[in-house]
Amino acid sequence: MNIEYIQRTRDYYRAQGFERDYRWANNNAIPFSRPQKPLGDARLAIITTAVVEPQIPKPTRSAKSYPLDEIPEHFDTSELSWDKTTTHTNDRESYFPIQALTSRVEDGSLGSLAPRFHFVPTEYSQRHTLTQDAPLIATHCLEDAVDLAILIPI
Amino acid sequence: MVLGSALDILTQAGTPRIVFNDLPLGNPAGKPFDTAMQLRSVDAALALFYAAEEGGALETLPHRWSEQDDWRRNFMEVRPDNQAQLLSLGDENRRQRLENKRLGLFRP
Repeated sequence: MNIEYIQRTRDYYRAQGFERDYRWANNNAIPFSRPQKPLGDARLAIITTAVVEPQIPKPTRSAKSYPLDEIPEHFDTSELSWDKTTTHTNDRESYFPIQALTSRVEDGSLGSLAPRFHFVPTEYSQRHTLTQDAPLIATHCLEDAVDLAILIPI
Repeated sequence: MVLGSALDILTQAGTPRIVFNDLPLGNPAGKPFDTAMQLRSVDAALALFYAAEEGGALETLPHRWSEQDDWRRNFMEVRPDNQAQLLSLGDENRRQRLENKRLGLFRP
């Protein structure tokens, strides 16, 4: 039985005394397009919610792109919402599988990785995500001639 | 494409392609230090880019966190004996939000 995270979030914050429930994004129209190149020629961009610069205060964090050769050994995940009772994030590959992806580039099944990866904050405000963060990342992906983009949210 | 573990959120958001790892939140690409599981997750994602026929395509991975399902209770658990603690967390959260506003710590 899958966990119902939307309901669970609702119950959790009501128990914290919040009166208005969070409204999760709800889109009926789903964008879709087919890749233009075969996988062996395609360039993939990685998007993560794990934090690269924890020194930036959480309420002011916005989307940002970083060179692929500057992936932190450990991202900061302490302020994100995940199951800290059950698991841990001490293995970067469990949320940012760069070694697995690189191995698919090396064996030729995936064309290449984009020269930048992208951080997107887990934002309370859908307006920030829709009008600032997503367009910035989309622009950077176009600049990098990206064919495929994968978001791996913590 | 999203590789993730909160299926109801991803589905409601209208995600074009979802590879679903039914694991505790925190390890969407597979269990920590399980490189075989992580590689299978990545391979499933790469394959779904091409296998998907329409928006909302879903691939559910067969991965399990453990034999028991006890872990499913842990995240954001509300119990009779943690209600006071949760209310106090909420108070702290509301206080912090006001403080952030006062300090100008918010996005335009």
